[in-house]
Amino acid sequence: MATNSAGSNDPTVNRRQTKRPKYSKFTQQELPACKPILTPQAVISAFLIVTAIFIPIGVASLIASRDVVEIVDRYEAACVPSNWTDKIAYIQSGADKTCKRELHVEKRMKSPIYVYYQLDNFYQNHRRYVKSRNDEQLRDAGKGNSTSGCDPESNVDGVPIVPCGLIAWSMFNDTYSFSRNNNNVTVNKKGISWKSDRDHKFGSDVFPKNFQNGTIKGGASLNETIPLSQQEDLIVWMRTAALPTFRKLYGKIEVDLEKGDVINVVLQNNYNTYSFSGKKKLVLSTTSWLGGKNDFLGIAYLSVGGLSFFLAMAFAIVYFVKPRQLGDPSYLSWNRNAAGQ
Amino acid sequence: MEVDGKRLSLGSSNIVLRGCELKNTNCVVGVAVYCGRETKAMLNNSGAPSKRSRLETQMNSEIIMLSFFLVALCMVTSVCAAVWLNQNKNDLNLLPYYRKLDVSKGKEESYQYYGWGIEMLFTFLMSVIVYQVMIPISLYISMELVRVGQAYFMIKDSRLYDEATNSRFQCRALNINEDLGQIKYVFSDKTGTLTENKMEFQCASIWGVDYSSAKTSLENEQVEYSLQVEGKVLKPKMKVKVNQELLRLTKSGFANKDGKRIYDFFLALAACNTIVPLVIDTSDPTVKLIDYQGESPDEQALTYAAAAYGFMLIERTSGHIVIDIHGERQRFNVLGLHEFDSDRKRMSVILGYSDNSFKLFVKGADTSMFSVINKSLNTDIIQATETHIQSYSSVGLRTLVIGMRDLNASEFDQWHFAFEAASTSMIGRAALLRKVATNVENNVCILGATAIEDKLQQGVPESIESLRKAGIKVWVLTGDKQETAISIGYSSRLLTSGMTQFRIKSNNRESCRRRLQDALLMSRKNMAAPEVGNYFEGSSDSVVSTPMALIIDGTSLVYILDNELEEELFELARRCSVVLCCRVAPLQKAGIVSLVKKRTADMTLAIGDGANDVSMIQMADVGVGISGQEGRQAVMASDFAMGQFRFLVPLLFIHGHWNYQRLGYMVLYNFYRNAVFVLILFWYVLFTAFTLTTAINEWSSMLYSIIYTAVPTIVVGILDKDLSKRTLLDNPQLYGAGQRQEAYNKKLFWLTMADTLWQSIVVFFVPLFAYWGSTVDIASIGDLWTLSVVILVNLHLAMDVIRWTWITHASIWGSVIATFICVTIIDVIPSLRGYWAIFDAAGTALFWLCLLGILIAALLPRFVVKFVYQYYFPDDIQISREVEKKARNLRVNGDTHIEMLHISNPQR
Repeated sequence: MATNSAGSNDPTVNRRQTKRPKYSKFTQQELPACKPILTPQAVISAFLIVTAIFIPIGVASLIASRDVVEIVDRYEAACVPSNWTDKIAYIQSGADKTCKRELHVEKRMKSPIYVYYQLDNFYQNHRRYVKSRNDEQLRDAGKGNSTSGCDPESNVDGVPIVPCGLIAWSMFNDTYSFSRNNNNVTVNKKGISWKSDRDHKFGSDVFPKNFQNGTIKGGASLNETIPLSQQEDLIVWMRTAALPTFRKLYGKIEVDLEKGDVINVVLQNNYNTYSFSGKKKLVLSTTSWLGGKNDFLGIAYLSVGGLSFFLAMAFAIVYFVKPRQLGDPSYLSWNRNAAGQ
Repeated sequence: MEVDGKRLSLGSSNIVLRGCELKNTNCVVGVAVYCGRETKAMLNNSGAPSKRSRLETQMNSEIIMLSFFLVALCMVTSVCAAVWLNQNKNDLNLLPYYRKLDVSKGKEESYQYYGWGIEMLFTFLMSVIVYQVMIPISLYISMELVRVGQAYFMIKDSRLYDEATNSRFQCRALNINEDLGQIKYVFSDKTGTLTENKMEFQCASIWGVDYSSAKTSLENEQVEYSLQVEGKVLKPKMKVKVNQELLRLTKSGFANKDGKRIYDFFLALAACNTIVPLVIDTSDPTVKLIDYQGESPDEQALTYAAAAYGFMLIERTSGHIVIDIHGERQRFNVLGLHEFDSDRKRMSVILGYSDNSFKLFVKGADTSMFSVINKSLNTDIIQATETHIQSYSSVGLRTLVIGMRDLNASEFDQWHFAFEAASTSMIGRAALLRKVATNVENNVCILGATAIEDKLQQGVPESIESLRKAGIKVWVLTGDKQETAISIGYSSRLLTSGMTQFRIKSNNRESCRRRLQDALLMSRKNMAAPEVGNYFEGSSDSVVSTPMALIIDGTSLVYILDNELEEELFELARRCSVVLCCRVAPLQKAGIVSLVKKRTADMTLAIGDGANDVSMIQMADVGVGISGQEGRQAVMASDFAMGQFRFLVPLLFIHGHWNYQRLGYMVLYNFYRNAVFVLILFWYVLFTAFTLTTAINEWSSMLYSIIYTAVPTIVVGILDKDLSKRTLLDNPQLYGAGQRQEAYNKKLFWLTMADTLWQSIVVFFVPLFAYWGSTVDIASIGDLWTLSVVILVNLHLAMDVIRWTWITHASIWGSVIATFICVTIIDVIPSLRGYWAIFDAAGTALFWLCLLGILIAALLPRFVVKFVYQYYFPDDIQISREVEKKARNLRVNGDTHIEMLHISNPQR
């Protein structure tokens, strides 16, 4: 009987396949896994590791930053002759803009010494400004006519400007020349821009055209016989700065400057920052592995390192004073309630 | 209608309604009577309400908050922009980085400047575009993906597979997975849900003698009665447990008086029903199976039982039945059949014997039967039967009383006349028939009683106990009568002897109200005493006080719901850990669910298997259908469908818990992830003269929520598990985390937002100060910000991941690597402004030091808070995780396996 009934069931079983889900560690969510738990020991040692890494880095950064010798000379106010009360009128006038400054070297500066100009309160990151350029035109000689996005500085009397746009138009045009003890100190202006920009962004066969020919002159003019890829000041200027206070590389001085040296600077104060009360500064600076003079990172690292040391100590003390046994079921809320009754 | 030239009339008895199964025929000719909007199917289809999970509802309110925040950011930006424009009003013409003056057209005009008011509006609109990531649209998409993933795992879970019906878990609704982790009320149907809806004949009491099959020593022996007819063996399809004593008696013949009673009893069982026997061929041509088919499972059980004792129903036509009594085929004329109706609660059949005598066999519910039984006869037998019935129903058996009456010729003629008249009358036929039936069902002589076991499904008592431990209130809503419901309550451990029970069963409004108020007073007193001691524990949960149970029946419920007593009922029911509602109609079930839903914020789950549970399933926050015997309506209406009631426990405790924890975390994380990005954009805008320049490349902004950070959150949302299955099942109390909304609430939201603010400040301002007054260009610092924010949010996620599988590792570290690759690719496209920026920036030590500093400093507060919380204010989940870890370490070290959470079951 039993065999008979089984026989009658067999075909149906075969026909109706079982829908039992196939077992796999994945589908049953049983994949091998690591389940780390924050134990006090681990946390305290993590903080100690952070301390051990951050304090030395902080100290090193501070030392690096302190090692950098920097001469900053703000000149935009001093370079307006005292007989001009209206600074804007002065800068827009055709008067002689030459200005002489003296820089005192307080500490020995090893070459290369970077010469920067620093502008304050100049929003090179203004949305209107950063968009006002045409990269195609800069790269490709054949695209000289494409000036989209460059308004209102796209063409003069219908003739397109190369390089067009506000960025190029407003290019910085103060110039500096340095001398020490009546000897000229040469400023190397080669290689101040990114190689990648020279090679790929600015065409070697693209020449300035119709530039600064409009009624309003914004800044520097360009030599129309030199291709854009060699106009390094332009390339530097067109890498728009991220922040409203920024420096741009002007050149490199490749001799050491000794302590006590007096550097005479003859500068042409052409650039108009007076209309927006922006500051202009001339900066001579050496460099370290961390860049320029900036204590922030060192201080930040020291404080994070100090804080984590403090936390490590605090947790260690609390751990020894009032430890909790990990995984003690009596702490479970329902057990606590039951015990309380 | 004409078929083969014959005219046939179609009446209401020919109508086949939806859900009917075609049986006993090979083909059917059908005519659609009506198929418009008012069909039964359409009317019942009250339009499944679209359900939205509670987490999502809460999330939406937080999203509104974020929208206000977004508007605030935009307002700040645009107002500042307007102020800036006003301050520089006179310089705008020649400002080198603004230059409003446009002379290229030959005359002086303003270039793209329309006054500060309009500019402010433009800035506002533009900032909406820039900051719109604040509203995490991608969150909705990732939530859907995560839910699909979770559903996949629920379907694939072999714990939720039902061997018996070969059915997997079905996830029919995709948007309420996480609600499974927050259930506070479970509304359950009884028949087919708690019980199997497979009736089994258990006991018989014949003529005052109790024959319980369960009491015999050979309890498990199932005797198969078979029959040789014309060289063929006929046997019933189902085997029944039999009482050996009774079997011996039936075999020994029916000559004596006791034998006669037994004969009548089984004849009644075999005859007094509407069962249709079906002979099925088996593979063995000599063996045929008899399958009894009928509308009531009780009747089936009784008929099978009769067959097992040798009274095999072989044939039924409208006029006669053939019963094989121990090899002897007997034919009875069925002269009249009074069908079961819910008023009389009994049915009867009048058999005409071959010797022209007539007998009436009645069977029905005890209450209705004892009213028609002739009390003057055999009082001791009636009493004995009554006590037997009592004892049967106290162990949860369904009882029926069988009676018989000899009809003499005149009585028969009288009845026959009335019956004929009633059954041919055109109006009020049903009422007339009922009257005829009541008239004849009188002076019945008791034969005995049967007890049928409505078998509990496997694991039901354990499941209910787990649910109760998890703080879930289980309400059973059943159409059964109170006694049955209570007995099932006891057998399923829903009710325990220690419980204070309130029974509300009354037939008029006033008494109903009085009862309810009394019960409420009692319950308050009951609550008040233990609560004093409990006060200092800070737990006001009623679990610790004497558990109370409320048992209420359908009629009282009608009065209460009509009578604005809802408030009191709810108050009372809330205090009770168990509520049993008996004799409730399908619509009342939904009414009760909506009562609870209206008055609490707690989540409700309804589970049922039949069409009568559909309204309840649709009403509850989560509807679970049991794919059982009673058709598929419940499954069709449900959000989740499974094979057995006991699967509710793994579904809620494991999947519900995980889903809730995962999704709760995911929502918070997504808020954080997008907000931190927007805030970085916002901080930068403050340094660009409020002009919405973004240092972070447009491409990177776009890829941020698509490639840089999307995959890990989805993977974690699908795969992360806070606790193992075993721990969750062993400790139902852990489920409380979902009920208390521990994974997602306002406090966590604001904490996360505070953390977001700090992290965004660190990410933004560290590079800002480090690069202040340097030659850095927009693209380089933008790349630094991009990389640091992406690594930061991924590390943040990594810090919160509980289970690191290789998939988690791959997705998180893969995302970081993908970000590096994408940023690099973006920076090697010469036409983009940031050309080569990453190579230039990454060549400096400053870049990497900034990155490291940002990551550590940004995560430090979160890490500290997390540790302090976990170590000094651990929640249950945290402790259980530690226990798990400890147990595993012990196992790995080869120590004896310690009993996990040995005191997790508090002494009761």
